Amino acid sequence: MQLVTPAIGLVFWMLVTFTLLLVILKKFAWKPILESIRDREQTIEDSLSLAEKTKADMIRLQGENESLLAEARKERDALLKEAREMRDKIVGDAKAVADEEAKKLMTRAQDEIEKQKAAAIDELKREVSVLSVQIAEKLMQQQLENNQAQQAIIEKQLSQLN
Amino acid sequence: MGHKKKMPDFSTFFTTSKFRKSFVAAGFLAFFAVSAFANQDHSVSATAHEGDVADVAVTSHVADSSHEMAHSGEAHGASSHGEAHAPEKFAPGKMIMEHIADAHDWHLWGEGHESVSISLPVILYTESKGITLFSSARFEHGHAAYEGFELNEEGKVVWADAKNTESIYDISLSKNVVAMLIAVFTILIIAIGMANSYKKNKGKAPKGFHNLVEPLILFIRDDVAKPSIGHKTDKFMPLLLTIFSFIFVNNVFGLIPIFPGGANVTGNIAVTMVLALVIFLTVNLNGNKYYWKHIFLPDVPVWMYVIIIPIEILGVVLKPFVLMLRLFANITAGHIIILGFFSLIFIFGSMNQGLGYAVSPLSVAFTVFMGLLEMLVAFLQAFVFTLLSAIYIGMAVEEHHH
Repeated sequence: MQLVTPAIGLVFWMLVTFTLLLVILKKFAWKPILESIRDREQTIEDSLSLAEKTKADMIRLQGENESLLAEARKERDALLKEAREMRDKIVGDAKAVADEEAKKLMTRAQDEIEKQKAAAIDELKREVSVLSVQIAEKLMQQQLENNQAQQAIIEKQLSQLN
Repeated sequence: MGHKKKMPDFSTFFTTSKFRKSFVAAGFLAFFAVSAFANQDHSVSATAHEGDVADVAVTSHVADSSHEMAHSGEAHGASSHGEAHAPEKFAPGKMIMEHIADAHDWHLWGEGHESVSISLPVILYTESKGITLFSSARFEHGHAAYEGFELNEEGKVVWADAKNTESIYDISLSKNVVAMLIAVFTILIIAIGMANSYKKNKGKAPKGFHNLVEPLILFIRDDVAKPSIGHKTDKFMPLLLTIFSFIFVNNVFGLIPIFPGGANVTGNIAVTMVLALVIFLTVNLNGNKYYWKHIFLPDVPVWMYVIIIPIEILGVVLKPFVLMLRLFANITAGHIIILGFFSLIFIFGSMNQGLGYAVSPLSVAFTVFMGLLEMLVAFLQAFVFTLLSAIYIGMAVEEHHH
């Protein structure tokens, strides 16, 4: 019976001690300990999620880079193509312009040549007529000095008429 | 009632290879203990012999380093010489009760006038005298009265004048109180030391002693409290941890047979009663409307209220009551079994000296085995008490009821 009868003194001391123990431990031990554990767990969790996020970011960035690179390559190709086309066009245009100019020059040169030629022919004609008149004059002068020669010429002329 | 929880663990305990190894170790220990015992017993016989020659009272003529052995010394010392004066019969029940009960002095070794014990302060409150404070040494182990008080056979303080019926409030710093204080200081040193080193090693991995204590804390939090209480766990963690550490450390100290331990603190109904009271108050002061509705307006047909409500109210009281009894019974039973095994030696020894020797190896082996088992029980009972407390608290604060 003594065994199952709680002694008042022990109940009293137990109440006092346990209450104090609870209060002291709560304030000075369990709170800091539990907080540190929670902090550490939080840190670990955060670090893990950060690592996961970084990994995902890396993959995303890599993909982005690749697409950027592909795009850049495409753009470069397009630019090159455009440049080539432009070059061809410019060269073509220049050629056409040059051809035209050349043609124009040629025609102008031909015209000039024609004009010059005509002028030269005119000049020549004039010279020739003057010369022939002069020759004819000289001949006439010579012929008239010599009867015989006159005779020969007339005869020759006459024979030719025949 | 507590045995239900503990049985599965027992079965695994018996089948593990660790258990077999410990049993071999226990056998060796038993052997050495027996040889030591045998050597000592000769000296006991010798002393007893001298005592006989000197013809002093049986109660005071034995000196030995062990309480139990002293009994043995008396027993066969008397029987072998067949002296005329009546030998003090070995009373196992009395011896066991003395060991598991509270006391005003802390008995270390020896018997009678030769015994060595630490006298603890006696603090009494009576209406007529107010507070009286003196050392328990004044009682001279129950042989003397002091200031009108004396010790009765059970070790309780009573009036020397038997006719005085005034009640005495004994708030002495008894053996259990002192043992409890030692345990409490141990807990404080460990826990506060841990908290400080947490502050020092902030953000770093735990090391050293931490690795021993932190798993216990995490175990209580993640496996005991969280599944039962849920998201309100944090509020009750300090209480659960305090209860767990208090019971566990006191249980372990109770297993140490010499001075700082050996007291039956958690096997004392007053201690378990206060622990249960704390849980009772925590549960009912934190009970939400669902908890009270469950008790006073349960989901049953109204005519059944007559039966259900008394049962529910009984349950409110019964839960902490069962907590109190389970811890008390388990720890006290452990102490009784160990003391019982030791008593066997002296019971047989009082019949025949040789028989006493023959039984002792078996007794010691079983005691060592029980000691190992009690180590398990020390943890188990602390765990069970904490777990059930957490479950009761969880039931009281649960939000969404079925």
